[in-house]
Amino acid sequence: MTNKTAVAQRTERVVLRAEAVWKSYDDGAIRVLNDVDFAAVAGQTVALCGPSGCGKSTLLHLLGGLDAPDRGRVCINRKELNHSSNMLHMLRHEVGFVFQLHNLIPDLTLEENCLIPTVAAGIDRKTARARLQQLAERTGLSHRLGHRIQKLSGGERQRTALCRALMNRPKILLADEPTGSLDERTSAVVFDLLLEMVATEGLTLVMATHDRGLAERCDRLVEMHDGRIIESRTE
Amino acid sequence: MIFFKLILTNLRRHRIRTLISIAGIAFSVAAMLTIVTVLQGAIGMFSGILSSDSEIIVFERNVSDLFFSNVPAGAVQDMAGWPMVRNADPVLFGIVSSEDHPIITCFGVTAADARIRKATWMQGDRANFAQHDDDVVLGERAAEFLSATLGSQVQIGHGTFHVIGIVKTANGFEDGGVFMPLASAQTFFHKEGTSSVVTIKLRNKDDATAFKQLVKVKYKNLIALEDQEFTRSYSQFKILKATAWAVGGCGLLLGGLGVANTMIMSVFTRIREIAILRVSGFSNPQIAAMIFGESALVSILGAAAGLSIGTCFLWLLKLIPALHGYVDVSIQPAVVGIVIVLAFLTGVAGAFYPALYAMRIRAVEALRFE
Repeated sequence: MTNKTAVAQRTERVVLRAEAVWKSYDDGAIRVLNDVDFAAVAGQTVALCGPSGCGKSTLLHLLGGLDAPDRGRVCINRKELNHSSNMLHMLRHEVGFVFQLHNLIPDLTLEENCLIPTVAAGIDRKTARARLQQLAERTGLSHRLGHRIQKLSGGERQRTALCRALMNRPKILLADEPTGSLDERTSAVVFDLLLEMVATEGLTLVMATHDRGLAERCDRLVEMHDGRIIESRTE
Repeated sequence: MIFFKLILTNLRRHRIRTLISIAGIAFSVAAMLTIVTVLQGAIGMFSGILSSDSEIIVFERNVSDLFFSNVPAGAVQDMAGWPMVRNADPVLFGIVSSEDHPIITCFGVTAADARIRKATWMQGDRANFAQHDDDVVLGERAAEFLSATLGSQVQIGHGTFHVIGIVKTANGFEDGGVFMPLASAQTFFHKEGTSSVVTIKLRNKDDATAFKQLVKVKYKNLIALEDQEFTRSYSQFKILKATAWAVGGCGLLLGGLGVANTMIMSVFTRIREIAILRVSGFSNPQIAAMIFGESALVSILGAAAGLSIGTCFLWLLKLIPALHGYVDVSIQPAVVGIVIVLAFLTGVAGAFYPALYAMRIRAVEALRFE
């Protein structure tokens, strides 16, 4: 295999790419990302590490289409995120989000929370329920489907958030400090589950975390500082 | 289902606020229904007086109120002789007062008038009407509040009259009124030789246009209108209808502001939740549909409650003896339809700004919002 072919094959497998991305807030007063290049290949788990305010979350938001860069471009599966309908399609079918706070709707049940993305995507009820049943079994939440969010423990809530993120079978999972609000033991359990789900679903995971222990369990660790990627190493 | 659950959940979360909004719409709808129905009923009754067994009404052109209209007796006699006319009944309207009642409507009519012919004579004999100048026939309710029976002397205005009959009619105005012989009424109201209107019954209804044209040619200061035309064009009716809808509309506007307030608060207190929906793939139209769905539900519940309250209120009005016959409380389906549509539109309009605000929520910023 020539070098050219190897590069071409690697390029083909890239599912998530940010090219020369800049982002600032308050009319440029706060510069968060400075000329960032990032790529993740299919099935890879990537940890974004760095101190608070270094731009990890902002990069995740740009990669998921929740926000637009000031300059540069973001591509998911080679399609550039450049207009709202495109972003909406990505949010519905290509990308799933898990946040530090579970961000579930407290008045709804676990089941109803998980079905929300399927309502947005117009997936029929039967298919959605079957998918939920499958995910609930794998995350150990089958017995909690009818329970309201207030009745769930922190770990269960985060597992519910994971189920919700995976309902529409995304190919990319973006996680912003997914275990940041959990105690050490629960954090380990949830992260194990996250990695297991990523493996079984064949997902690409990009995760922002402060936890070096968790980061080192990923395929790749990307170090950020002051809005720049300063180091990227494969474990 | 989940979408509807989201709508219900949002409304249930602040129950008192939701109930106040529903109450706002409900009382607005009830007020509109009551006012419009009562006034429509009143207009219907007044139209009924004019169109009693007739198709056309003739009165003086450009008068603001029929009480000020003068139709010369000569014109009445002339019209009665026209070949297409079966009956031409002059009616003189007047307002008098008695000791306890500031307003009593008087009808100066001939013995042949349909109001006298078609009424149910509870006491007295129709054959005795207009035999003497001081004879009057009282409507049943007028007899009641004047405490009069057959043969009584009653004080009406500055005159004393002899009651020769008591009649029952379906029309509240007539039932609370006094029927005088036309000539007596003309003298009493100083309108000798004139009547307020002439009601015309044609031999053939198809001759209406020809009759109106003839009046137009022969009597420049008179106008002839078919009953429905009159109801549509009479300025007093138009003012009453406009007032009713305006008052009701103001009520609904207030109700709509209540909905707007509720929806604004509802959106402001769940910015984060809307952001979650965005991250879950909800589009702008889906977010807007949720907000409009909430306001529509509030409006529909409010309209349903308002229709019930309004109907009960009208039913209570009907039970008040003093209003007996004066309030026609039969609710017109068109009025119900218009009220429901207006309530719905008001609710939707109230959700316009909140929906716009919700659509502008940026998930990234909102998820930072604690």
